[in-house]
Amino acid sequence: MANEKVHVRQISKEFIVSSKGIEDRITALQDVSFSVQEGEIIALTGTSGCGKTTMLRIIMGLENQSSGIVEVGGKQVTGPGYDRGMIFQHAELLPWRTALENVEFGLEVKGVSPQERREAAKYYLELVGLKDAMNHRPTQLSGGMKQRVGIARALAIDPDVLLMDEPFGALDAQTRETLQDELLKIHEQTKKTIIFVTHDLDEAVLLADKVVVMFPDPGRIHEIVDINIQRPRNDVIAIKGSDEFNQKRYYIWKALKTAASSTVGV
Amino acid sequence: MEGRSTVITTRKDQVSKINKMSSKRKPIKDIYIIIISLVLIMLIWEIFGRQINPIFASYPTAIFFAFFDLMEGGTLVTAFGQSVQPLAVGYLLAAVVGIPIGLLIGRYRIVESAINIYVIAGYATPLVALIPLFVLWFGLGFGVKVAIVFTLTIFPIIINTTDGVKAVPKTMIEVGTAFVASQSAIMRKIIIPATIPHIMTGLRLGVGKAVIAMVIAEFFTSISGLGGIIINSGNNFDTAKMFVPVIILMILGVGLTALVGKLESIVAPWQDKMTKKHE
Ligand SMILES: Nc1ncnc2c1ncn2[C@@H]1O[C@H](COP(=O)(O)OP(=O)(O)O)[C@@H](O)[C@H]1O
Ligand SMILES: [Mg+2]
Repeated sequence: MANEKVHVRQISKEFIVSSKGIEDRITALQDVSFSVQEGEIIALTGTSGCGKTTMLRIIMGLENQSSGIVEVGGKQVTGPGYDRGMIFQHAELLPWRTALENVEFGLEVKGVSPQERREAAKYYLELVGLKDAMNHRPTQLSGGMKQRVGIARALAIDPDVLLMDEPFGALDAQTRETLQDELLKIHEQTKKTIIFVTHDLDEAVLLADKVVVMFPDPGRIHEIVDINIQRPRNDVIAIKGSDEFNQKRYYIWKALKTAASSTVGV
Repeated sequence: MEGRSTVITTRKDQVSKINKMSSKRKPIKDIYIIIISLVLIMLIWEIFGRQINPIFASYPTAIFFAFFDLMEGGTLVTAFGQSVQPLAVGYLLAAVVGIPIGLLIGRYRIVESAINIYVIAGYATPLVALIPLFVLWFGLGFGVKVAIVFTLTIFPIIINTTDGVKAVPKTMIEVGTAFVASQSAIMRKIIIPATIPHIMTGLRLGVGKAVIAMVIAEFFTSISGLGGIIINSGNNFDTAKMFVPVIILMILGVGLTALVGKLESIVAPWQDKMTKKHE
C-alpha cells in the first residue's frame, strides 16, 4: 500500500489573459507539491479561484503547467491517458447516447471490441446501481443518476487514478450524501486512487485520507491535513459524530475562514 | 443558437415535469381548424376570383380544370421531371459538399481564416446575378440548373453547420480529449452528432432556397420544367394554367421541408425530447 501513485512536484501555472491589449498574468498555482499513495483518497479544498480545477486538469493532462512535473505511476504526465479517469462536475454525458453507450465511450475510443465493451459497461453500470436505467438517455436521468453514469464511464477504462472536480457539487444534499456513500463503497471494492475537488468540508473529511487546503492569490497549498479515520468507512453516522471528524472539520474550516478574512481587507 | 440552449438545459433535472406540460395541445382539434380555414379561403378566392378578369387572376375551380388540361398530354409530368431532377441533384450535391466544409470551418481556425470570407460573401451576394455567367459556363440544359440550385443552396447549409460546430460546448469536446480520443474520433463521435440539429436546420432552409433556385434557373435558361410552364402560360395570358405549377411548387416545398424534418427525428431522436422543453 505504501506505493506512491501520484507525485505532484513544484507545479506552477500562469495564465496570460489579455483584455483591451493589456496583458495580465494570473498565477493560478505557485509551487504546489503533494503526493498520493496508491489506494488513497485525497481532497483538494479551498475558496474559489485557488487553483483546484487547474491542478486537477494538469494532472489529467488537459492543461500544461508552466513549470514542475506530475508523475502518475512513475511516469511523467504529458497529456491525457488511460491510467487516469476524469469525472466532470456536470457529468458531461453525450445526450445522444444511452447510459450504457455513454459508459462505453472510453472503451470505444480505446478500440475495445463491441462485445467486450458492452460487457464492461454493463458491469460498471451495475456497480454504480444503474443497471435498470441502462437504455435511458441523459434527459431521462436525474442529476444523481447522470453523475453515476459519469463515474461508471471513468471506471470502465479501468484507470489507476480517478480525478473528480466537484463531482457532487451540483446535486441536492440528499443525493450528495447517497453518492458519497456510494463512492466509499466503490473505493472499497476497486481500491482506486482518487483525487477530488470539493467545497464541502463534510465531504472532504468523510471521504479523504488527506485534505489539501489551498489558498488563493496566488493559488498555493496552505496545509495538508491527515484524516485519521479508519477504513472501511461504512458507518457514516458514527464517523460524523466522532471527535476526529469534527476536530479536523473545524480545523480546516478555521484555516479557510482566516484566509478569507485576510484577503477581504486587501 | 438552438443547439447551445438545448445543451445547457440538459443539465437541469426538470425534464419530466416540463415534458408533461408540453403535451397538452390536442392535435385533432388543430386539424379541424386547418381544414375549416382552407375551405374558407378557397371559397373566398373562388367568389372574388370569378369577378376579376381571368387575365389578372384565377380561381380554384379554373385552376383545377387547368390542372387536368396539363395532365392530359403528359406536359405536367414531363415538366415535373425536368424540374425535380436538377433540383434533387443540385440539392444533394450542396449537402454532400456543404456539410463537410461547414464542419471543417467550424472546427479549425486555419480553415475558417482561409475560406470563411468566401462563404459569407457567397451568402450575402445575390447569386442570381451570376446566372448569365453560369449560362456561358454550363449551357442551357440540365447542368446549368444543377449549378444554380447548388450555388444557392450550399451557403445556408455551410453556415448552419459552422454555427452548429461552434455551439458545441468546450466541455463536451474535453470529454473526448480526456478519454484520449483522436481528432477524427472527436469529430465523428462528438462534433457531428452534436451538430446534427444545426445541419438539419441548414438542410431545411436549403430546401426553400433550392426550389427558388430551380424556378429562377428555368425562367432564365431553357424555359423548361415547371418554371417553363409558368413563363409560357404567363406569355399566353393563361393565368389559370400559370397557377398550376405555382401550387405544385408550393406543395413540393412544404412536402420536402416536412420530409427533412421527419429525417431529423430519425437521425437525431434525442433532439425531439430536448427541443420540446422550450415550449
Ligand atoms: N483558462 C484560463 N484562462 C485564464 N485564467 C484562468 C483559466 N483557468 C483558470 N484561470 C484562473 O486561474 C485561477 C484558478 O482557477 P481555478 O483552477 O478554476 O480555481 P478553482 O477551481 O479553485 O475555483 C482563477 O483566478 C482563474 O480565473
Ligand atoms: Mg473549480
